[in-house]
Amino acid sequence: MPADMSTKLVTRNFGNVKMREIATYEAAGGYRIARAALGRPPADLIAEVKASNLRGRGGAGFPTGVKWGFIPKDATDVHLVCNADEAEPGTCKDRELIYWDPHLLIEGMIISAHALRAVHNYIYIRGEMMREYLVLERAVREAYERGYLGDSAMGTGRPCHITVHRGAGAYICGEETALLNSLEGKRGWPRIKPPFPAIKGLFGNPTVVNNVETLMNVPFIVDKGGAWFAELGVGRSGGTRIVCVSGHVERPGVYELPMTITFRQLIDEVCGGVWKGRKVRGVIPGGSSMPPLDASELDVPVEFDALMTDERIKPVETAPGVPFDMGGGRQLRSMAGSGGIVVFDDQTDVVELTWRIMKFYAHESCGQCTPCREGTGWLEKICRRVAQGKGMPGDVELMSSIAVGIAGNTICALGDAAAWPMLGFLTKFRADFEAKVNRAQYGQVHANSQVALAASAEARARQASEAEGVA
Amino acid sequence: MSLEFSPEAKQKIAALRQRYPSSQPVVLAALHLAQKEHGDLRDDVLRMVAEHLDLPYAHVYGVATFYTMFRRTPGGVNTLRVCTNVSCMLRGAYGVLRAFEEQLGLKVGQSSAEFTLVEEECIAACANAPAVLCGTEYFLDVTPDQVAGIIAELKKNPRPEGEVA
Repeated sequence: MPADMSTKLVTRNFGNVKMREIATYEAAGGYRIARAALGRPPADLIAEVKASNLRGRGGAGFPTGVKWGFIPKDATDVHLVCNADEAEPGTCKDRELIYWDPHLLIEGMIISAHALRAVHNYIYIRGEMMREYLVLERAVREAYERGYLGDSAMGTGRPCHITVHRGAGAYICGEETALLNSLEGKRGWPRIKPPFPAIKGLFGNPTVVNNVETLMNVPFIVDKGGAWFAELGVGRSGGTRIVCVSGHVERPGVYELPMTITFRQLIDEVCGGVWKGRKVRGVIPGGSSMPPLDASELDVPVEFDALMTDERIKPVETAPGVPFDMGGGRQLRSMAGSGGIVVFDDQTDVVELTWRIMKFYAHESCGQCTPCREGTGWLEKICRRVAQGKGMPGDVELMSSIAVGIAGNTICALGDAAAWPMLGFLTKFRADFEAKVNRAQYGQVHANSQVALAASAEARARQASEAEGVA
Repeated sequence: MSLEFSPEAKQKIAALRQRYPSSQPVVLAALHLAQKEHGDLRDDVLRMVAEHLDLPYAHVYGVATFYTMFRRTPGGVNTLRVCTNVSCMLRGAYGVLRAFEEQLGLKVGQSSAEFTLVEEECIAACANAPAVLCGTEYFLDVTPDQVAGIIAELKKNPRPEGEVA
C-alpha cells in the first residue's frame, strides 16, 4: 500500500521525550525486531533490504541493498559505519532522528551489522552535535548494559560493538572516504576510488557506510518485509521521504511524507504557503549542493528519480542553449540529495543567495584537489563582487567556466557540489546575475544587502585582528 | 615542565583505545580532551597529545589544524556558533550576527574571557532558522532583539564545549 500523509516510520516518536530511555523504547516493542532478525541468515536480510528499494538518505540515493551486496562473500573483519555527520546546508533530519529515537538507530545497526557480519561498528557523529552525542552515548551504554551489544550480542554468542566517534568540525567528513580517514585519526581528506570502501575501507577492511535515516529504516523493512516497504514508495524508491523544509515558508519543519508529494503541494499544503503572502521564486531541492528549481518546476515529486529525469525540469546549462554534460552526454537536472529543501520568495536576492552557497564550499574545500581548492575560492570572490554590485563584464561567463573546470575533475563530490548549484543558479536565474553586472557598470550599488552586512562584518574583523597583530 | 592529561582524561583515552586497532583513531577525542583541560591546542599541548598517543607531532599538528572546532589560541568560556548559512541567512541571520557583535563588543572570530564569537556553517537546525549553538544548547528562531537575553542567560549558565569532551 502506498504511503499516505499519516504514514510515519522513523519520525513516529518525534516529540516523545521518554523514548530515548531504553525501558520506554522496549515497552513500545523496541529491540523485538532485532532479536528476531538475529535468528535469520544474513543473506535473507540482505535480500529483504534489496527488495525494499531502500535508497541511501545521505545524498546520493544509492540502493542500500546493492551497496551491502558489494561486501565480498568471504570477507572477515567487516565494519558498519553510520554517517551522522549531517552538515549539508538545509538538512536537519539526522540530528532530530538521533535526538528523539537513538535506540531505533542502534536497533537498525544491530540488524544491519548481522546482515553484513560486521563486528566493530562506529557511529561518526558531527563534532558540533554535542547535545545529540550525549543522547547517543547514553543510549549505546544502555544497550551494552542490556547485553544487546557486546561480545555476545543479544545472547547469540556473536559479538557486535558500536563506538560513537566524535568529529571536530569539517563538512568534508560527510563524504564517506573522508569520514573513514577521520575515523582513523587523520585529516578528513577524501580517498581516491577505487578501491571502494566495500573492498578496502576502515582500517583497510571491507566497510559499509550508511546514513542515519537509512539505518533507521532497516528494522521496519526486516519486520514487515521488503515488498511492503517498496510499495510504500514509488518506482525504484521505497519507503517514505523525510524532508527538511526551511527558508521562506510559514511552517518550516522536518516532515515524513510520501515520495509522491510535489514541491508545490509541500509548500502550499504542508508548510502553510510562502511566508508573508509572497510568491515562491525558487527551491533548492536537496541541500545546497543541488541545482535549484525555479517557480515553474515545482509540480515534480520529491522522489529521487523524478528530480534526475523529469523533463519538466530544465537541464542545467553552461551557457544559454548549451547543456552541461555530466559525461556520456548525460544531462543534469537536479537531485533529491539529503532532503534539505530551501524555499526562497520573490523578494530574494538570488545572487546573494548563490554567493552564500559559494562561500560555504570555498570554506569547506579540503584543499587536496587544485580545481576545487582554487575554483571554489574564485567562485566566492566573483559571486561576491557581482552581488555587491561591483561585477565586471564577463563575470557571468567567467563563473560558468570556472564551475565547468571544477565539475568532474576532483577526487570527491565536493567539487561538483559547488559547481552544480553555480551552474544551476546561472541557468535558472541568469537575468538576475546579468542585471547586477549591468547595473554595476552604471554605478548603481545596493547598500542594504546581506552581503554588504557580511562584508562589513568581515572587514571590521580584519581591521580588528590587524590592529591586534593577529594575522 | 611538560604538560599532562588529568587522570580522568587518561582513563577515558585508555578506554577508547580498546575500541580501535591502534592509538591513532583516538586522536580526535584526545584533542577534544586536551582543549578542555588546557584551554587551547598550543604547541606544547599538541606535543603532550603526540607523546601520550605515541604519534608523530607533525601528524597531531596536521589533524588539529584541519578541524574547525580545535583552536590554537585561547577562547572564551562559551563558544557562540551563529549559523549564517542559506536557511538562516534567508531569515535574517546576518542581523543576528551583527547584534552579537555589537552587544559583545567582539568581531567574528574574536574572544573575550566569557565568549568566543564564531560565524558557523549549517548546524542542522534549518527548520528553526536563524539558529545559534552554544555547547549543548540550541537557540532557535532567533531574532536580533533576543540576543541580549541569550548573552545574559549564558553568563548565568555557561555552556563550555569541553563539558562534552
